[in-house]
Amino acid sequence: MAESIRDKVAIIGAGCTRFGEMWDKSYEDLVVDACYEAFADAGVEPKDIQAGWVGLGTPLAQTGGAVSIPLKLDYKPFTRVENACGTGTEAMRNAAFAVAAKVYDLVLVVGMEKLKDTGAGFGAAFNLPVYHPVYEVGFSAPGFYALAATRYFRRYGLSPEQGKRTLAKISVKSHHNGARNPRAHLRLEVTEETVMRAPIVAWPLGLFDCCGVSDGAAAAVICTAEMAKSFRQDYVLIKGFGLSAGPGQGGIRTDYDYTCWTETEYAAREAYAQAGIKNPRRELSMLEVHDCFSIAELIAVESLGVCDKGKAPEDVAAGAWNQEGEIPVNLSGGLKSFGHPIGASGCREAFEIYKQLQGKAEEPSRQLKNPRMGLCHNQGGVPGKFYCTLAIFGLPE
Amino acid sequence: MSAGIEAYGAYIPIYRLSLDILAQVWGGSGRRGEKAIANWDEDSLTMAVEAGIDCLRGIDRETVDGLYLASTTLPYREKQSASIVAKALDLRRDVVTADIADSLRGGTVALRAALDAVKAGSARRLLVIASDCRVPHAHSPLEEQFGDGAAALLIGSSNIVAEIESNHTISSEFMDVWRREEDRHVQTWEERFIIERGYLAHIQEVALGLFQKSGLGPRDFTKAAFSAWDTRRYPEAAQRMGFDPKAQLQDSLLSSAGHTGTAQAMMILLAALEDSKPGDRIFFASYGDGADAFALRVTDRISGISERRGIKKHLASKIMLPNYGKYLHYRNLMEWQPIRDIPPYASLPVTWRDRQWIWSLRGLKCRKCGTIQVPVRRVCTWCQAKDEFDEVRLSDRRATLFSYSTDTLGAFNPDPPNILAVVDFEGGGRLLTTMTDREPDKIQAEMPVELTFRKISEYFQIKNYFWKCRPVRA
Repeated sequence: MAESIRDKVAIIGAGCTRFGEMWDKSYEDLVVDACYEAFADAGVEPKDIQAGWVGLGTPLAQTGGAVSIPLKLDYKPFTRVENACGTGTEAMRNAAFAVAAKVYDLVLVVGMEKLKDTGAGFGAAFNLPVYHPVYEVGFSAPGFYALAATRYFRRYGLSPEQGKRTLAKISVKSHHNGARNPRAHLRLEVTEETVMRAPIVAWPLGLFDCCGVSDGAAAAVICTAEMAKSFRQDYVLIKGFGLSAGPGQGGIRTDYDYTCWTETEYAAREAYAQAGIKNPRRELSMLEVHDCFSIAELIAVESLGVCDKGKAPEDVAAGAWNQEGEIPVNLSGGLKSFGHPIGASGCREAFEIYKQLQGKAEEPSRQLKNPRMGLCHNQGGVPGKFYCTLAIFGLPE
Repeated sequence: MSAGIEAYGAYIPIYRLSLDILAQVWGGSGRRGEKAIANWDEDSLTMAVEAGIDCLRGIDRETVDGLYLASTTLPYREKQSASIVAKALDLRRDVVTADIADSLRGGTVALRAALDAVKAGSARRLLVIASDCRVPHAHSPLEEQFGDGAAALLIGSSNIVAEIESNHTISSEFMDVWRREEDRHVQTWEERFIIERGYLAHIQEVALGLFQKSGLGPRDFTKAAFSAWDTRRYPEAAQRMGFDPKAQLQDSLLSSAGHTGTAQAMMILLAALEDSKPGDRIFFASYGDGADAFALRVTDRISGISERRGIKKHLASKIMLPNYGKYLHYRNLMEWQPIRDIPPYASLPVTWRDRQWIWSLRGLKCRKCGTIQVPVRRVCTWCQAKDEFDEVRLSDRRATLFSYSTDTLGAFNPDPPNILAVVDFEGGGRLLTTMTDREPDKIQAEMPVELTFRKISEYFQIKNYFWKCRPVRA
């Protein structure tokens, strides 16, 4: 009989580099910085680590060597995982399973990426292997997400102006959050008009609807829940995971209309069941959702069941997703403002929730009052062809 | 046995370059008129597919026994293009295919060969396509003249709309325009020599030969449609053959499509057929390395031929190129800044494995649940049945644009933005592709679109072709 992962595994330490254009740091530097911060936070020595799971989204490096080489961890078992933009949470998920299985006691999780050495912006020059010579050639990530944005506007009767303004409000909020976050990539406040007037990348998505292309790494040290108290009192427990790998329905099935993230819906069902969540809007204190583009956040919150389908624009207008709102979304600044080094983002979201649950948000004005449980949401792929990973973290009961 | 034309079709690219723009760039007064310019993702192979599709409207493609493709600008120096065109047209496996290259007379050489095969009974129906996309030197007299286009004739012995009563050929070593193995642009000699001793002399000679052989004279023809060197020499040639240029001469298309190379004579003939009545007799000739002449008699069936775009509709459907820079990009006439992009990719095994949908755009219809899906894979995305599919051709289905986006990133596109398109086929099936031949501000979700065979990329000296969509050309 399968059991829930709930309360079996604890995070006892976390680290995160500053995200951004880290011209002076190699990916090895980023890994070392994030991991040593996590070791120090957990109060462990590198040699205490028994195994590691490494999330790396691009073919920058291969194998677990991406972490064992920079850390020189004495021939320990390291595994590299990849689920595109869902990679970081995927690394956490697999590491947690190993701990829950009691194969290892103390495990390192690392998510990392170095995008800015490739000489191009988002959607180009990641040296991703092209899997087909003619099919889906010439499609960029914003191009794919724009397919969903225009379809969403159409389905829910938003004029182009109304739709674009709704998305702009999301970006303004995320920049407001990120501007106050010391480790974020794009630390600037923007106005709605700035977002509205920015150059268009793929209509309706303009420059400020798109996330930063960043370098960065984040790491966590996890152990069994029983052991956690021996390291610290304010440890954070894993409450549930969800994963859904889609069949690529968007390009094939005429019943997929690009206005919901189907994989997110499936992953949420699994994660909520594990965490025992019935009403996510009430029970979750915060969401870190995958907002590579503003429309990604809008639809993700709906697909997570945190608001009804078609009602996200009302939530956004009411400020329900702001820090002081009903359910804060992307308090960190999100991928939008914190930055999006592909394989690092899931672990970075976990870092934010871990710190918030501990009451240790770096900038005090960012700290939520008494958060109990937070969700991080990552999705690799593109609308209609996603690999969604969810993790829910909470304080001990 | 009589043989002739059972059906015809044409293709003229949607883009036109006004000769005014050439005058703006290079100075001079600028002649009136415009010429057809193939989009950056088109070449003589893709235009041949288009003309073939137009010609085969309403015709069972299984009944076509072969394809002769004439062009001086086929994409590969070695590797037959006709076989690729046949696959894109989803013709049978046991068809005869041939490229007839290197001569502007190739179209009528192919036509003669097709007539001979049909008359000999070795084929019932053969498709003859002529297509050209010749790139003139920038700022040369030929730059004002050359245009791009294609024409197709279905040659057979039943359901003939125009019977070919007689024909005559002369072969000539005469050299007037040429390209060496290593040349991209056409070379010529002094015009007075090549027109006088070449074009005018040969056209006249072949006409006389035809008249002699057939017992027909210029007055027996309703119309004359033949290779047009330029707007001045075309009527002069007509006159020398004894035709009345005012009453009998078919428009040369020179000021609307330009000189379309190997395709030109057949395109002028098609325009003549479009306006013809049963009983009309058409003089048709093509010049290049000698000349071919034909006497055609239009039959009663001409009025029953199904709707096609031909010359007239293609001419009416156009987008003017806004400037010379677009043209430079479309024909890749300059050295551009290299971009750091996702490398395009080519793989012959992948292209071969996926041949049924890459070339023929066949989707799969699930035998269990009846749904249609592309790309071709093993397991049904609706009911998970495994390997239970029948193939269905989607390239000729009506379709609508479910959603689209105007993507300024994506792969390098000489005519940005890239239009991503989610295309839903009538009767089921969806294809993710891009949209071409479009004006970005006129695209709307739910608009009708049609599929068009285009060049996607080039890598390892391999040209990747696939199907894009475009707004339905009115």
